[in-house]
Amino acid sequence: MTRIKSAAELEELRQGILSKIDPDKPSISICAGLSCLGLGNGKLISAFKEELGKQSLEAKVDVITTGCHGFCEKGPIVVINPEEICYLEVKPEDVPEIISQTVIAKKVIDRLIHTDPNTGEKAAHMSDIPFYKNQMRVLMGNNSKINPKSIEDYLAIGGYSALAKALLKMSPVQVLEEVKIANLRGRGGGGFPAGRKWETTRNAPNEVKYVIVNAHEGEPGAFMDRALFQANPHSVLEGLIIGAYAIGSHQGFIYTRHDTPELRKNVDLALAQAEEYGLLGENILGSGFDFKVEVHYDVGIFVSGESSALMRSIEGKAPEPKPKYIRTSVNGIWDRPSNLNNVETWANVPQIIGKGSEWYNSIGTDKSKGTKLISLSGHVCNSTVVEVPMGTSLREIVYDFGGGIPNGKKLKAIHFGGPMGGTIPESLIDNPLDFDVLSKLGASMGAGDMLMMDEDTCLVEVARYFLDFLSGESCGKCVPCREGIRQMLNILTNMTKGKGREGDIELLEELSEVIGAAALCSLGRSVQNPLLSMLKYFRAEFEAHIKEKRCPAHSCKELIALEGV
Amino acid sequence: MSEIILQIDGKEVTASEGMTVLQAAQQAGISIPTLCHHEKLDPYGGCRFCTVEAEVRGWTNYVAACLYPVAKDLIVRTRSEKVDKIRKVILELLLAHAPDAFDLQDLAKEYGANKDRFAKDSSFCIHCGLCVRYCAEVKKKNAICFVDKGKTREISFIPEVAAKECWNCKECFPLCPTEALQAAYVLAKAFAFPLESASAE
Amino acid sequence: MNNDAIDNILNKYQGQAGSLIRVMMEIQEENHWLPREVMVKISEKLEVPFSRVLRIATYYKTFSLTPKGRHEIQICTGTACHIRGAQNVLGAVQDLTGIKPGETDADQKFSLEIVNCQGNCTCGPMLKIDEQTHSRISPAEIADALKKYD
Repeated sequence: MTRIKSAAELEELRQGILSKIDPDKPSISICAGLSCLGLGNGKLISAFKEELGKQSLEAKVDVITTGCHGFCEKGPIVVINPEEICYLEVKPEDVPEIISQTVIAKKVIDRLIHTDPNTGEKAAHMSDIPFYKNQMRVLMGNNSKINPKSIEDYLAIGGYSALAKALLKMSPVQVLEEVKIANLRGRGGGGFPAGRKWETTRNAPNEVKYVIVNAHEGEPGAFMDRALFQANPHSVLEGLIIGAYAIGSHQGFIYTRHDTPELRKNVDLALAQAEEYGLLGENILGSGFDFKVEVHYDVGIFVSGESSALMRSIEGKAPEPKPKYIRTSVNGIWDRPSNLNNVETWANVPQIIGKGSEWYNSIGTDKSKGTKLISLSGHVCNSTVVEVPMGTSLREIVYDFGGGIPNGKKLKAIHFGGPMGGTIPESLIDNPLDFDVLSKLGASMGAGDMLMMDEDTCLVEVARYFLDFLSGESCGKCVPCREGIRQMLNILTNMTKGKGREGDIELLEELSEVIGAAALCSLGRSVQNPLLSMLKYFRAEFEAHIKEKRCPAHSCKELIALEGV
Repeated sequence: MSEIILQIDGKEVTASEGMTVLQAAQQAGISIPTLCHHEKLDPYGGCRFCTVEAEVRGWTNYVAACLYPVAKDLIVRTRSEKVDKIRKVILELLLAHAPDAFDLQDLAKEYGANKDRFAKDSSFCIHCGLCVRYCAEVKKKNAICFVDKGKTREISFIPEVAAKECWNCKECFPLCPTEALQAAYVLAKAFAFPLESASAE
Repeated sequence: MNNDAIDNILNKYQGQAGSLIRVMMEIQEENHWLPREVMVKISEKLEVPFSRVLRIATYYKTFSLTPKGRHEIQICTGTACHIRGAQNVLGAVQDLTGIKPGETDADQKFSLEIVNCQGNCTCGPMLKIDEQTHSRISPAEIADALKKYD
């Protein structure tokens, strides 16, 4: 493969790939995202290959394993193309029938297609299923169509044309301005304007600058980054290269988890292929711009997702965070200006450059633009990844896409942002998905993970759970965090056991104030967030545990025992 | 080194670039209390007892004076209601481990800290790190280190190294504010040091 | 324990103190645990104080300082799995195997670990034994799942 040296060569290659695609050739696209893997799609993939082999159809029917399609609850998912027939909850026993009925005879198998739980209406084609139809799948929409291990699949859907436009038709400053005007805000939790962050790094006094993809995703309940990165690694890589060009960086880092083998494979392959095709390395697309990327793995600790800790980890040291007043955009890896952004943030960049900031600004609210990936989990019928425009109401996300709450239970609260996020009660569900609105409510969007909790969930216990999690993840260096968490955990555990005392809530609030002000790093300074939001909206529940030794959710075992007395 | 003028407790202080607020304060004769700081060691920022208010362009942050760099027009307040509350709670949290430590008791009187406020914990190490850091930075022997993390973090002597180095040294012992260090050494020696005959072979 | 494989890893990074964590991870992946004598070798080959190796080995859950059983059981205790009843799953596994998280049973058959969110929350509560994920598992189903392993 000769490296592509111009926009014209890129287009020629793309046309070549497209011309070789037979639009009528049947193909079976099997989702191999994390959830479908967990639901046993491995056996499915072998069953398809075996059956096609038995019927000598391997040359006539393609089998592609793709990344996450999004509708994880209904996995394993199989899409038969070119008709785009979407089968849900497929089992290996269904395989011979799928091949004979659908692939060959072009008939739809009724029991495997989507049925609306309310209306009973059936939808055979993926684009007719309300779950997919009603989203705005700018980033995730191509996942079911491309093989993440093939750069040519990405090129076939228009991949790297934004990169060509940026490198060959725009100056770095023009690219930066476009991202600023689009008002792309960080998707990892900070919500900070990416363009401004890039500008700080670009203007920092040092020849050598770095760009980083934060693919750590340690927040429990968040799985959208892994879904996106594993399914379409090139979309993130393309964004990274464009960003590097705008910032003036020639060295990039991808920091990801060590425990997801499929993701690691796809990323390594994407980098190797991009290098081979001249989209990475020296003189990219003949533009004169050089850029290379290294991959680093975490060691299995939550704090290494924090940007300054992550950068220390890349340096080969233990991931201890630095105080917030040291700006990593100026003093990052080896004290050099380093721009870190989340996977989803980078994936938005080729969209913005390709379609323009005006298009991007037409989606979303006044201050929160574009789409957002949301991972729904917990007490929800559809635990899945959805992509919706900013400004979508939370009610629509939970009930229309999430399918509501299972087992006939009522929704009690929604938690955003994991152990450093916040909880809002069901009564606030008619608020929009918006950085600033949620922040004001005390539940920052975080990475976009929404955890639904039903009426049987005890929030005192959940607050205890978050502190227990953080006590295992705290580095233990500073007193406020190490000792503060220890005591807060003691107090909350006692409350769940009926040993809560008058004054406990006030003590928790005082500890929260001290830890929030005096802890060394941003992990320490955020430990109290879930608790404070729960006290704001559910104080009575905490008081009942103390004053009445009663658990309103009937969940705390020791208190239920006391009730009978 | 250029000069930097900042304000500490309403007093104009001259410092050099690269100094920390703690160094600038000490030079100006203003006292900021510390627990994990030692002039022979790199600043650590673990106890957070030296937390002060640092106001920059109207924004107030709470920072550790031992680490925070001086800057032009910085306004520092070493005591305030919130700073005092922070120090009081830090003491109360540490007294849950080491209620008899003299240094902590003296400070507790000054800040009104109640040693019985929090549930007691059996370990009386306050993780100031003075022993670990002294052995690493000054003696360069690394005979003792921190192991584990979070609430199970503790100091641990490396028996193979400690057996050879510590008996003739013990320079870290007087640094320990709670005598947890001496206890750790005694226990390590009793249970984990290699046998005399084995090391003689 | 494959001493050759471990020595190969050590020789690859000889003298490179900055690669300490990477070396330890590769050895953990190869050997499933870090014996003390291997940690001493790491300290010597990479020229770092033993205290630093010990500190890193005890700091991260990823590293094990005790040998693992033939089959590793992992239970996700991420938030979604937690509210879907991961504690009950953990309780059932503890009862059936007699071991707690971080432990290995006397026959070295099973090791038990609790792990952070695996990113497949739709499968929760879940149990992973070696590479096999048991999704949406109830405590009643666990005995059958464990029986398959010897």
